Formats: sequence, structure tokens, C-alpha cells
Amino acid sequence: MKNILVIGANSAIARAVSRLYAEEHCRLFLLSRDAEQLALQKQDLQIRGATEVDCSVFDANNFSVHEAVIDQVLDRFGSIDLAFICHGSLSNQAQCEENFDSALQEFNTNALSVISLLTCLARHMSTQRSGCIAVITSVAGDRGRQSNYVYGSAKAMVSTYLQGLRGRLFESQVDVIDIRPGFVDTPMTHAIKKGGPLWSSPEKVAHCIVEGIRKRKHTIYAPGYWRLIMLVVCSIPEFLFKRLKL
Amino acid sequence: MQIHSWGRYPTADAALHSPRSPSALRRLLLDAQPNDSGATTAFDGIARGLGRSYGDSALASTIVQTRELDHLLAFDADTGLLTCAAGVSLDTILHCFTPRGWFLPVVPGTRFVSVGGAIASDVHGKNHHLDGTFGQHVHSLRLLQPDGAVLNCSGTENSALFHATCGGMGLTGIIVDATINLRRIPGSAINQRTLRTQHLQEVMERFEASAATTYSVAWLDCLASGAALGRSLLFLGEHATDGHFRAPQRGKLGVPFNSPAFLLNRYSMGLFNALYYNRPVNSETEQRIEAGQYFFPLDSIAHWNRLYGRKGFLQYQFVVPDAAALAAISLVLQRSSAAGKGSFLSVLKKFGPGNDNILSFPVQGYTLAMDFKFENNLLPLLDELDSIVLDHGGRLYLAKDARMSEATFKRSYPRWEELAQLRAISGADRMFNSLQSRRLGL
Repeated sequence: MKNILVIGANSAIARAVSRLYAEEHCRLFLLSRDAEQLALQKQDLQIRGATEVDCSVFDANNFSVHEAVIDQVLDRFGSIDLAFICHGSLSNQAQCEENFDSALQEFNTNALSVISLLTCLARHMSTQRSGCIAVITSVAGDRGRQSNYVYGSAKAMVSTYLQGLRGRLFESQVDVIDIRPGFVDTPMTHAIKKGGPLWSSPEKVAHCIVEGIRKRKHTIYAPGYWRLIMLVVCSIPEFLFKRLKL
Repeated sequence: MQIHSWGRYPTADAALHSPRSPSALRRLLLDAQPNDSGATTAFDGIARGLGRSYGDSALASTIVQTRELDHLLAFDADTGLLTCAAGVSLDTILHCFTPRGWFLPVVPGTRFVSVGGAIASDVHGKNHHLDGTFGQHVHSLRLLQPDGAVLNCSGTENSALFHATCGGMGLTGIIVDATINLRRIPGSAINQRTLRTQHLQEVMERFEASAATTYSVAWLDCLASGAALGRSLLFLGEHATDGHFRAPQRGKLGVPFNSPAFLLNRYSMGLFNALYYNRPVNSETEQRIEAGQYFFPLDSIAHWNRLYGRKGFLQYQFVVPDAAALAAISLVLQRSSAAGKGSFLSVLKKFGPGNDNILSFPVQGYTLAMDFKFENNLLPLLDELDSIVLDHGGRLYLAKDARMSEATFKRSYPRWEELAQLRAISGADRMFNSLQSRRLGL
């Protein structure tokens, strides 16, 4: 039985991952902005087998409450075996190019709020001397593309931060995992035309994530073939890449 | 976007909505929607679960997908009463509860259908002759009405609406959640016996003789003719009693893209059917197989509908009363094989008595389902088959239908006016319409 904290619990991927951990009879603490969803999920996860489900309404962009909310989880659970951070928003690239306030908002949601939470969690886990921190970033962070570089660079910031944190927490036996999903058919990507072999369901991605966390991988591409795709994308010479409308 | 159901025929251009909570669903219905010209219009569309109906019953210009409404809401481990949101799939239920010794009282041929869809189509399974339809095991359901009210419906409360909604093809409102009776089983595996029969009359006699067997279904060689017309393999099944419980597993196979439809022709299908029929069968011994293999053989091949190519296929499923069954089914088989149309999978099943649900498909008798690749000359043939079926007092399954005429429907579902009246009274006729309901004049 593991104690699992899920931040951004209402995201489609978080929901699917929580369900897999519920089947393993874990204790889950869910944080999300949406109280109605939290209540629905709590019942659902309990029926699916979770030993205990707690939840709290939480806005990741309200940085000032981060410390307190992690303390609240610790008060309840005593320790955290897995902290799973999956909140985020898909940026409107065009709007962010025109308006820095929009870009800043995206950086806050997708990068700085994550780093703030990681700061609290790292402090706690290094004293606990065990546990795992897993964060959803994106394949978009592997290389800046003109269509999506605000979102991509925010995710890249988190990925680089996680690399450093992984080294820092290695001595404390805390694992730091960077999860990079490809195209996932979720409400976040609602506006994008779906279909084709590169789109995965949240359930499929959740299986990759839970399996990767079990194996304590450093970087999980979900599904795994995205590692190959991004290898190709990253190996295109810049003089060519800048001409591609990617 | 362009959307189609399992048969991939027809397609419709639809605006898709996937509300994430009952309150979001309600807002979607009540808030006026902006249309192309900038004005606002009231909601007019249909609910859709996992898109496993074959034709146009879950197609409309506005579609409400229930896939995000997929929470389990309550479970009583003493009685087996499960309350869940309409978008929960039967796969999820089996996955969660089979290991605990519970099974769904009725499962259709695929487990990738939603609870809402199973109720709306009042689906049946291989135990229909004993246990009836899915709707007969629904304890109660909550229905979102055109005015935004959520009504509790059951056999005793708002029962007219309940019987209109079970089998009602989503035309009475949107099912928000439902409470269904799960059933205790002694083991999840199935002990199967396979009987090879020489012709249609023999398989029907075997069905009658095995009326006490819980599960029965026959695969029929639709291209056999003459004395072998209707030769079949009859699969009889009972739950194993070994106390082992395992949920159906996901298959590894899939069809990644549309296959060229010409690969399916009368010769390849004739060969397949002959080989399948003649496979080694020992009718004396029982075979222990996993539940998934017995109930959902096709679920192990993801996207098998793509085998029929880009234009898709139609599944033709009809039921005819006992007395007329032999004659009607013989005529249908003769007519379709004379036209050179065959089907990989033709499934024959004996039905028990029908129920009180207004548009429920089953009646006491026999049902045959055949898949036909879509071709331009298919539709006239199906019209001919319609007249055979109707002349013998039968009717077609709405969940499979994509083309029957309004006259055919109204003649074979004589209670349609009851549903139309209920819809007119509640205002559902102005809000809940599918391409099918418009075609059928409901």
C-alpha cells in the first residue's frame, strides 16, 4: 500500500493513473481546482479499490498555498511515496506571441507552479530519504517548434529542472521521473483534430506511466515510440528545421 | 468533424461535446448554442456512448459524448447493486467486478459499449432466452429531461418514461447514471460445448433442446446452400464453478488501417465459412475457455470494422417469431446468397419472450445477424430482405440499422406512437434527435 499525492487530479491522464493505483489498493490524496470532479473521483476510486481517498480543492497558480497544502497531505498520510504532478494547460501559441501576459500565465501554470511544488516536495522527500517524484512534461519540450514553443519551453524548463533535482536527490534515495507524453486524446487537446496512429488514449498513456514509475525510469516517453520520434525530430539540422512549419 | 459509428456507414458532420460532469451536461442542454450565422439556437442532438451502434442511431449534427461521464458512484457488495455514470463501459465494470466474483447479468457481443448505450439499445446477450435484455436488469436510472430536470425512473417510479428510455435510442433524454444488478457467478471461465449441425432445422431443434443452458449462440455458414442451408456451429456455455475469477483481457491484435475491401468477396468468404464450419469439433467434451473468448471473440481484434474497407459495412439483424422462423430465415439466406452477398460472421440466437420496453427489439423467436460490406447494390437487396422479414411478422434491430424505411419501422414497431407521444409531451422531440430518428419519422 502506497501513499500517493496527485496534483492536477482532474486531468485525464491523472484520472487514468489514479484508477490504476486504486486497483493496487493505494491511498490517494487528490488536488484539483474542481470540487465537483474531486467528489466524483473520490467515490469512483474507493469503489475501484483504493484504501483511502482524500481530496482538497487546490489552484496550482496560487503559489502561496503550496507549502501549506503539502503539509496538509503529510498530516494526513504521514509520508508520501509518490508525488505525481500533472496539472498544466495547452497554451494558445498565437495569443502568447502577441501578449506577454498570456505567455507569463502559461509559464506560471506549466513551469513555475511546478517548480514551486517541487521545492516543497524535494525538501520533504530528502528528509524522508525515500519516495518518488514524477512530473508530466511533454515531448514538446524536447525541441522548440514554431507552432508551440511557449508550451514547449515551459515544459523544457521543468525537464531541465528535474534533471538537476534527480542528481541532488540521488543521495537521498529519492527518484525523480520526467514523463513526456506525445499526443493524447484528452479535454486539453479538445481543439485539435484527432485521429491517426500517433494519438493515444489517456488509459494507454497511464499504463506506460505506471509501468515506467514501477521500473524507476528517469525519463518515460508515453507511449515509448515517442523516444524514437523525438530522436529524429531533434537530429534534424537547425538550418533545415527552421524552414519546417512544425 | 466527420464521425461515424461502428459500421462506418453513414458518416455525419457533427459538433462533438464531451461534458465532464452532470452539471456541465445540464448546462450544455440548457444554454443556447451559437450557430454558424451567429444567432443562438436551442440544443438539438443526440447522446453517444462508445459509438458501437452500427448505423446512424448515435449520429446527429450535435453529439453529446458521455465518455467523460465515467465514474462509478456506488456499489453494494451484499446485493451487487452498482450505480455508475452513463459513460462507464461494460469493460470497466467487468474489469473491476469480475475479480470480486460478480458478472454483468447481460452482455452483448462487445464489452466496449457504455452503460447508457446498453440501456438505450436495450441490448441482449447469449442468455436472452432465460434472462431477457440489459434493461430488465436496470434497477433504476436518472434521466436528464429537456427542461433540465433530472428524473428518477424505474419500473415503479416514472415507469412509462423508464420503459420508453430502455430501448429508446436516446430519444427521451440523456441518461445521467443508472443502477444495475450485478450477478454472483461461481467462476468467470466458461465451460463450452460446441455442436455441429447439418442444416437450419437441426440447429433450431438443438436450440430448443438446450433451452435450459444459460448461454447459447450459433455461428451460421450463410453461404451454404441446398440441404446444407443454415448449417451451423452451436456454442453452449455455462459458468465454470471452480471459483477462479479473471476479467476479460485486452487483445494484442488490431487492424491498423482500412483494408482493401475487395479482399472480402464471395470466394474468400465462402472459403472462410467452409473452413470455419469444418474445423475439428468434439461435441461430446466440454472445453474451458476464458469469459472474454466466449462472450467477446471479436474484441480481441481492435478495429475489426476496418476489415470492411473505407466504405464500411452494414449489419443486418432481424428477429422473427418462432412459428415463422424456419421459413423466414431460409428465405433470407437463399435470397442473400443468390445475390452473391455473404458475411464472415452470421450469428443465430434464440430469443425468449419480449419485454415492456416500447422499442425493445427482442420478441420470442429467432434472430439472425449478418454483416454485409457496403456496396451500391446492397441497399436494394436489404429492402427485399425487409419485406421477407416483415411478411413473417419480424423486425429489425435499431442499434444495427442504418437504412430501414419509415414505413418498415412503423409497421414492425407498432408501439412507436407511444414513444412519439411521450416525446411530444416532454419536448424531447425538439431536443433529442438522431439521423435515425429523423429517418424513421419519430
